[in-house]
Amino acid sequence: MSTAGAGSTAGAGSTAGAGSTAAGGSASDAGDAGPGAPDAVIELRDVVREYGQPPTVALAGVSLTVRRGEMLAVVGPSGSGKSTMLNVLGTLDRPTSGTVLIDGVDVASCSDDDLSALRSHRIGFVFQQFHLTEGRTTVDNVADGLLYAGVPLRERRERAEEALERVGLGHRLRHRPGQLSGGERQRVAIARAVVHRPPLLLADEPTGNLDTRAGAGVVELLHELHHEGTTIVVITHDVQLSLDLPRRVTIRDGHLADDSHAVGAPVLVTAGGAS
Amino acid sequence: MSRAHGSRSVLRWSDVARLGVSGLAARPTRAVLSALGIAIGIAAMIAVVGISTSSQAQLQSTLDELGTNLLVGSQGQNFFGEKVPLPTTADEAAARVPGVESVAATGTLSELHAYRSAAVPEGRTNGLTVATATPELLEVLGGRVSAGRWFTDGTARFPVAVLGAEAAERLGVTRPGAHVLVGEVVHVVGGILDPLALAPEIDASVLLGEGDGATLLGEAVRPTSVYVRAVESEVDTVRELVPRAVSPGEPSDVAVTRPSDALAAKQAADQAFTGLLVGLGSVALLVGGIGVANTMVISVLERRREIGLRRALGAARRHVRRQFLVEALFLSLLGGVGGIVLGVGVTAVFAIANGWPVAVPPVVLGGGLVATLAIGALAGAWPAMRAARIPPTVALQG
Repeated sequence: MSTAGAGSTAGAGSTAGAGSTAAGGSASDAGDAGPGAPDAVIELRDVVREYGQPPTVALAGVSLTVRRGEMLAVVGPSGSGKSTMLNVLGTLDRPTSGTVLIDGVDVASCSDDDLSALRSHRIGFVFQQFHLTEGRTTVDNVADGLLYAGVPLRERRERAEEALERVGLGHRLRHRPGQLSGGERQRVAIARAVVHRPPLLLADEPTGNLDTRAGAGVVELLHELHHEGTTIVVITHDVQLSLDLPRRVTIRDGHLADDSHAVGAPVLVTAGGAS
Repeated sequence: MSRAHGSRSVLRWSDVARLGVSGLAARPTRAVLSALGIAIGIAAMIAVVGISTSSQAQLQSTLDELGTNLLVGSQGQNFFGEKVPLPTTADEAAARVPGVESVAATGTLSELHAYRSAAVPEGRTNGLTVATATPELLEVLGGRVSAGRWFTDGTARFPVAVLGAEAAERLGVTRPGAHVLVGEVVHVVGGILDPLALAPEIDASVLLGEGDGATLLGEAVRPTSVYVRAVESEVDTVRELVPRAVSPGEPSDVAVTRPSDALAAKQAADQAFTGLLVGLGSVALLVGGIGVANTMVISVLERRREIGLRRALGAARRHVRRQFLVEALFLSLLGGVGGIVLGVGVTAVFAIANGWPVAVPPVVLGGGLVATLAIGALAGAWPAMRAARIPPTVALQG
């Protein structure tokens, strides 16, 4: 486990660098309606999401491939469509048109049950507002991450304690959300998101409600999880946070405006992270 | 589709139950208040049925004790609507009917009245009847003396009166040995009877011995009612035969009744009233059900975020639906169990206060629970479906 922020950034950069070469090679294929790339966790192809009548376009044809083990930031101003993108990535929402493949499975062909199964086993969510249940201990809050995986209560609690140890809150097991600081609450939420060891972690403005120091701690924790092999997508408008991540995808007005991988060499990513 | 991921989204039933309980426990006041509606409905129905059943159980034990084999032959009306006196030998004739176990007779002295003393103005008779009784009467009616003694061969000839329970009360006589005025003659009260369920007309009577009655009247008193105990299995036959035996010429002059039938008929009338009350109770139950539905609808609206979070954690629509349905069932069940306790309690208090046995049919308790669950399911179905339809994206909405 890395300790210093600089060290972790460098490590992440080199890991993503190896993967990004392959990503760059197949990025042009992603637009075609072929089978998904073999190591792609997420593939979006021309994804359009419209709301209401007359339609308001939130996503206007976005194509994106996220490979196993990647860590990327989706950045953009508010209203750019990045939250819609996270909903689509997390199978909480379906696209109006286009294809979404999660682990090579086409979301369009999935029933509500299938998508729920995907979320209960393969995806973890971290929210800006933490969404912890007041009045329940941190262990019980975290254990809820396994509730819909059918794990018995005792095992849920055991694994929740492990997850809390993992996020550095082993000393806060019996505390309630009201007794914790904002940074600690977000760590509890992260523990809940990873307690079932999902290969994919989606975070929506995880530092949005935190001060700089608590935010840095949360980002460091995300880096650690990334090092352990979790694929992480972070939605943020925090530029500093996004610069720390190996890959940045910028969304503007529902379009993919910029992708640090598409633009060029992994060297740039490292340079960005170092700057 | 075939799942590449293998595992499904699963919510264990023990967890569904836990969610239902914790959902209610999070807002205890609201849960208790909305359960109260159901509780009152169930309690009302159980109490109504329970009280009715208890009074029926009381009647049954009374009938078991008193027997249903008592027949009363009395003066019928002739063609012109006049009362026809029974023959003087009516009791002896009835005793000869096969299947008759024992016979007693009373003879009303309609010209005589009883007063507490000579100071009471004539005419204030308190509605009491003066009648002679044969010595067997007490035994045939299954009656008991609450104070003093019943007629003996010795006392039947002397001015001694035995008072029915009601008569003693109206005359203000509480103990034997008091004096009452019957006609012109002062009588000593020899005994006071307990109320007679099968012969309420005796309760309001001042009874005299046959010899005493004859002395007062100046001739033998003619029987006006004949009380017959028949062998249980032959009651119907005896009922047919008694009029012919008593009055062979005009059997229709003798009216035979079976007092236990009258008690049962009164009970049947009470039953109809019970039906009405149960109907009212079911309206209360319906209102309670609407209360539960209302609570659940509000709960679903308030907990959109929670639902969104659960969906993000992997809850399928059916899991959300189940959670809220079970919550509604628990809410309703809480009311149902409370209502059963309350209803049985009210029944017990009422029955014990009346000296009845406490009887609540188990079927009613079971029915109450089933009704409760049905109401919970009905009231919870729609809110639960609404909850399941809430899109998962609400979890991410700021």
